[in-house]
Amino acid sequence: MSVTTINQFCTFFIDDLFFGVDVLQVQEVLRFQDMTRVPLSPAEISGLINLRGETVTAIDLRQRLGLPNRESETQAPFNVVIRSEDGAVSLLVDEIGDVIETNEDAFEKPPETLRGVSKDLILGVYKLEERLLIILDIERTVDTEARLTR
Amino acid sequence: MSSNKDFQNDLIKDFILESLEGLESYDRDLLAIEKGEGGSEILNNLFRVMHSIKGTAGCLGLSNIEGASHRGEDIMSLLREGEIEASEELISTLLSLSDVLRSMLENLEQTGDEGEIDNTELFAKLENLGKAATSSETPKADEPEPETLDTETSETANPNQDEGEGVAFGLFDEGSELEESQASPPDQEDDGEGKAFGLFDEEAKAEPKETKPIEKKPKEEPADTRGSETTPTARQSIADSAIRVDVSHLDKVMNIVGELVLARNQILLNTTNFDQAALLTSSQRLNIITTELQESVMKTRMQPIRNIWSRFPRITRDLAHELDKRIKLIMDGQDTELDRTLLEAIKDPLTHIIRNSIDHGIEKPDERKAAGKPEEGLISLRAYHEGGQVNIEIMDDGAGINVEAVKAKAIAKNLINPAQAERLSDREAVQLIFAPGFSTAERISNVSGRGVGMDVVKTNIEKIGGSVDLQTEKGQGAIIKIKIPLTLAIIPALIVTSGGDSYAIPQVSLLELVRLELDQGEKIEVLSGAPVYRLRGQLLPIVRLNDQLQVETPEATNDDGVINIVVLQADGRQFGLVVDEINDTEEIVVKPLGKQLKGLSCFSGATIMGDGKVALILDVLGLAQYAHVISESKDQRLAQNELLEKDATSEKQTLLLFEVGQDRSMAIPLSLAARLEEFPMDRVEKAGSQSVIQYRDQILPLVDVENHLAIASSHDATSDEASLLQVIVYSHNGNQVGLIVSRIKDILETEVVLQKSAAEDGILGSAIIQDKVTDLLDVKAIVQRAVPNFGELAASA
Repeated sequence: MSVTTINQFCTFFIDDLFFGVDVLQVQEVLRFQDMTRVPLSPAEISGLINLRGETVTAIDLRQRLGLPNRESETQAPFNVVIRSEDGAVSLLVDEIGDVIETNEDAFEKPPETLRGVSKDLILGVYKLEERLLIILDIERTVDTEARLTR
Repeated sequence: MSSNKDFQNDLIKDFILESLEGLESYDRDLLAIEKGEGGSEILNNLFRVMHSIKGTAGCLGLSNIEGASHRGEDIMSLLREGEIEASEELISTLLSLSDVLRSMLENLEQTGDEGEIDNTELFAKLENLGKAATSSETPKADEPEPETLDTETSETANPNQDEGEGVAFGLFDEGSELEESQASPPDQEDDGEGKAFGLFDEEAKAEPKETKPIEKKPKEEPADTRGSETTPTARQSIADSAIRVDVSHLDKVMNIVGELVLARNQILLNTTNFDQAALLTSSQRLNIITTELQESVMKTRMQPIRNIWSRFPRITRDLAHELDKRIKLIMDGQDTELDRTLLEAIKDPLTHIIRNSIDHGIEKPDERKAAGKPEEGLISLRAYHEGGQVNIEIMDDGAGINVEAVKAKAIAKNLINPAQAERLSDREAVQLIFAPGFSTAERISNVSGRGVGMDVVKTNIEKIGGSVDLQTEKGQGAIIKIKIPLTLAIIPALIVTSGGDSYAIPQVSLLELVRLELDQGEKIEVLSGAPVYRLRGQLLPIVRLNDQLQVETPEATNDDGVINIVVLQADGRQFGLVVDEINDTEEIVVKPLGKQLKGLSCFSGATIMGDGKVALILDVLGLAQYAHVISESKDQRLAQNELLEKDATSEKQTLLLFEVGQDRSMAIPLSLAARLEEFPMDRVEKAGSQSVIQYRDQILPLVDVENHLAIASSHDATSDEASLLQVIVYSHNGNQVGLIVSRIKDILETEVVLQKSAAEDGILGSAIIQDKVTDLLDVKAIVQRAVPNFGELAASA
């Protein structure tokens, strides 16, 4: 990405954390969709959803980031559908936030001491006034292939 | 500058595509010349190919390619002017020149650099050939220029290409000039270059026409100008990303899409108006349009098989030369189209088969002469559509396959034991060459027999849902028949339920469905930990889908005492898959899995069901391996046996044996017998002259078989009211008739070798079954004769 001072991020919540992904990589945001589970797949793959005739893999971001499982089933996760090189992938998140504009100055690399979240999936943090916005490395987040058991 | 760079990259891409196509026709033309079919037009074509490669390479600053093609061009012009003769050596050298160019192009595509290949030897050879010939003279076509223009006019012009060419020259002028000065070989180069550019100017309008349509014209091009999609490996990446579609075809697709939009509008309108009848009409319309659209779009993916065949003449020639054989290759049905992914998939198997035919099939000329065959061997390729499938036949008139040698080899390789070999028919034995670990080549030549045997051919073709069959006659040659589906995008599949989810099983791997009713005493047995089921006396390994997929089994399905087994075939091995529920067969649209799930060997894709849910498609082979039903080499022998056994059963029939008269043994195919019944004699009534019986609230006409064959009556004498009649109920189109026989004996599966006996009417022939001569009853004829009105009804179907 070229250096511009203002970036737009699509934000969402998981657990208590506030995440953002580059808005240009987001295809759409959907309410919970019916899913078909995929047996034998790694835990972070929640299943396949039917997105207007295309099958889209849904990745549970909690699992992917090593966060505790969603406590109750009362709140169904949202889908943040990401456009990636080989088709769409859906990220399951707890709650959707706004699209936020941030200033490049507020960016910082993830602190070395970061815990609880797989650090290699995080590009950095924007220090917003009221809270911190964690920016996900989408390419890596979506690339779960290497971790398949067989 | 960067946009300039992009532009140049585009040009290079076009150049590669175009040049590879050019080289393809170049090879073909050279082969034609070698066969003595060369006319001045062909020579012009050859010249043009080299010339345009040289020209464009020069513009793009590809000095090595330019240099090589320049030498080719020189030879071509000598050849064209009749200065030299097309000797075999010359042709070979020119062919290797095209190989060199090809590898440079491949390099260029992969690395962005044409690469440094040492061609001094080849160049020297070319130069020598050129020089040697300058003295000799063979006056042939002496007016090259007008000739060129003549042939060009017959081609369709593509105006865009002219511009493209012009731009290229404009933009890279400095580059080309630079190139010129850099260009390697000194003296000859200069006037050659000058001439080339001069030519280009003169022919500026004509030149692009000849070569470019090759690239841009829709597929109805005549065979000789049309390049192929395939040959060099580098090609695939470019060819994969581009496809040629007839513009008129695109228009058609667009029209259908237009109709689709109209249909949608209608449906939307009618749904809001709740107009049932109109909604029905428009949904029918939608159905028709969808089918049409499906067909049309599928057609855009279709490519003529020529695209992969076009390289076979060259392969044949090279191999034949190498092996000192003379071989003629005939190709028939080159326009047969099939899905491009399938085309790609059969390319290597086909090449392998052809190599095999050339190497092992066709004999050396002297052997052929001794065998009373023409010295020139014949390999013929044929492709045609039949029943929604593409058939490809590869036939050679070589030595054929020595069945005894195959058997001996199979025994030596421990694929079968001698006793089994004894039982094999020739046809079955020949199929052994498809067995893993089998290769008939006595010696390993570098042509075939590189360890990838016919088993790989078979697996590859089966992978795409096709089948291979081989027939051979010793001394007469062999014929290999390949059947493949038209497309893989939409396939018929069986939908099953397991753990509450639907899964699709491709129909190609499906053999049969078995429903086990536990209270009937049918059961799955356990053989040292491995569940098996006796399917007609054979042990069928059982795999439970729920266990394999690690999903929970719903309670309900365990309780109702029924087990559903889907009998599948993978890699020649059968196994039974236990599923919770068997639903229906459906045509499913295959969607690839995302890369996150590519590693799961049990699934080959996903599909979307009618209710909008996603269902996974089971990969039968992957599942079998995952479940260790197929465990590599250990089972191969077993698998092969089973395969053979299965082959054998396909010729077997299940027969119902019975006795007529005193002890006349007769049989009918079991499939003709709807039921077997016993009726007390006193229930027989008369309807007119016809004996009938009340059977399931219908009047069942009875036919005493012995009355219709000249057989001494058996039961009349002994008949008393209480004795039972043995009746075979034959049913046809809902009409039934009872055949009275004296005794039902047995049901057995056997191979029937029918011999025509001098035969009475009503007997199809005789065979030896269980050591007894048994007549095969012609049920239809008997029934026809006995109950004429039944015949009428039945015949109407």
